[in-house]
Amino acid sequence: MSGKVYKAKHAQGNSIEGECLSASDGFSARYDLDRLKGVFSRPAHKLFGESYKDKILVLDAAKGGVASAWMLYEMKSRNICPLAIIFNATNPILAQGAAHADIPMLSGFDCDITQAIKSGSRLRIDTVKQTVEVL
Amino acid sequence: MKLNVKEKAMLAGEFGPVRQIAIAHQIKVGEFFGAHDLVPVSQAHIMADTESLGESGVEWLEGLAQNTLEDRQVCIPTITDPRGTDFTKAKQLGQTEKMVELERRAINAFVKMGVSMTDTCINYQTIMAPVFGEHLAFGDTGVVIYSNSVCGARSNFEGGPSALAAGLTGRTPRYGYHLDEHRKPTHRFKTLWTPKTLNEWGALGGLIGKKSGNYWSVPILEGIEGHPGSDAMKHFGAAMASFGSTALFHVLGITPEALHARDLEYLHLPEVVITKEEVMGLQNSYRIAEEVDVVVFSAPQLSLMEMKSIAELCNGKKFIKPLLAMTSPQVKPDADRMGYTAMIENAGGTVFSGMCFYQSYAREIAEANGWKVLATNSAKIVNILGGYGYTPMLASMEDCVDAAVSGRLK
Repeated sequence: MSGKVYKAKHAQGNSIEGECLSASDGFSARYDLDRLKGVFSRPAHKLFGESYKDKILVLDAAKGGVASAWMLYEMKSRNICPLAIIFNATNPILAQGAAHADIPMLSGFDCDITQAIKSGSRLRIDTVKQTVEVL
Repeated sequence: MKLNVKEKAMLAGEFGPVRQIAIAHQIKVGEFFGAHDLVPVSQAHIMADTESLGESGVEWLEGLAQNTLEDRQVCIPTITDPRGTDFTKAKQLGQTEKMVELERRAINAFVKMGVSMTDTCINYQTIMAPVFGEHLAFGDTGVVIYSNSVCGARSNFEGGPSALAAGLTGRTPRYGYHLDEHRKPTHRFKTLWTPKTLNEWGALGGLIGKKSGNYWSVPILEGIEGHPGSDAMKHFGAAMASFGSTALFHVLGITPEALHARDLEYLHLPEVVITKEEVMGLQNSYRIAEEVDVVVFSAPQLSLMEMKSIAELCNGKKFIKPLLAMTSPQVKPDADRMGYTAMIENAGGTVFSGMCFYQSYAREIAEANGWKVLATNSAKIVNILGGYGYTPMLASMEDCVDAAVSGRLK
């Protein structure tokens, strides 16, 4: 819904704008991605086959192993990485990885953010105000 | 965040540029989670296989390692998770010289920083078992969930950069599972059936992880008969952490924070009953093929007792499919000395030391060896390998060994 603003409990990184990929599914850089091709590669994932390059990911929860903390930095070094990540619930690994890679992240909303924001929407993330606005 | 005098000095660079980078990272993470301060930790455990690090991550480590000895050394016991290879068997796996060289560079950087290269994800069974109430900065989700749940220690999932930072500063942001308020159950499960095999324990853990939701959920399980023991708790926790990002569980009457129902305020939570059929349903959901290309025992690395069990199943058999058994550098010499390695390898299997299958360029070694369908008794690895293009199938240790003999999983 255009103009709608959602407030997050946690935020880090720079403020940015971009197009999003949204799904009610989890996220792990190791489990879910083909990081060389820049696509979701786990067949059961709702974004299977989708390219995440330069997209704001809107997903339910951070999942899986600790590797994502290194992987976000490595993905960013090759410029094949998400523009930002928005979670209903992050875990420390993705937050640490975002801090290490300097990728903006928001987490924790009063609503299910994956239902509130539809794939393809253009978003503005303000990490100082801890908000995401649907443009 | 509130910093003491020493922490302020670290942030100001008075303890050198490496510790300054480390504590700045910790403050960024701590502020994200609303931590009020840093808590001293007594051990750090770093997950840093080079498939995850990549060239850029290794270069980042090498940059830190170029600083003076005084500036770059960790200040608490700091150990490592499995590496991405076993140097003696890299060619057999089809790993390239470039992969192996990257491993060597990463190891050199860690050694320069004073990190002990233990290369294990079962340090709680082999190195220094965590103590009740001990604050830690552990990487590897399986290590954290076991340390928190079975040992009663306190750690969040610490990714490689954060675990290294903790090794360098001797502290970590105090949030999440360092705090009492996050350790109470949020989900209540009851089972009328107690698993017997490690794959069943893993499947039960995976199902509870899936149902619990996310990192901040703390499940408590009631109804387990007897005591499962260390290896069962290992597979149970590792799968739960993998499927659910769970970092702490309680089992009534077994884990130290849940010895009595009165110890935890959870009786108001709705009870979710888990049946054997449901657990087996998770296992069977992966059984979509019969012919297998490779059998893998890994994730977590095998304890000495698991090595013994596999060796006894392998004894006298002849494999037509590769069987890979992966253990820690601490267990391997004992397995050699006690003849377990020989029993596995005489049947045609291979024992690897210091690595873990899914942290070893799993996609590339699949392509190099023509592996697609994989049989394992690890629910954790089944959950992971789908994303690497495998068709992983979960079965008992016995059925997996039989699959290496016949080429088919019954």
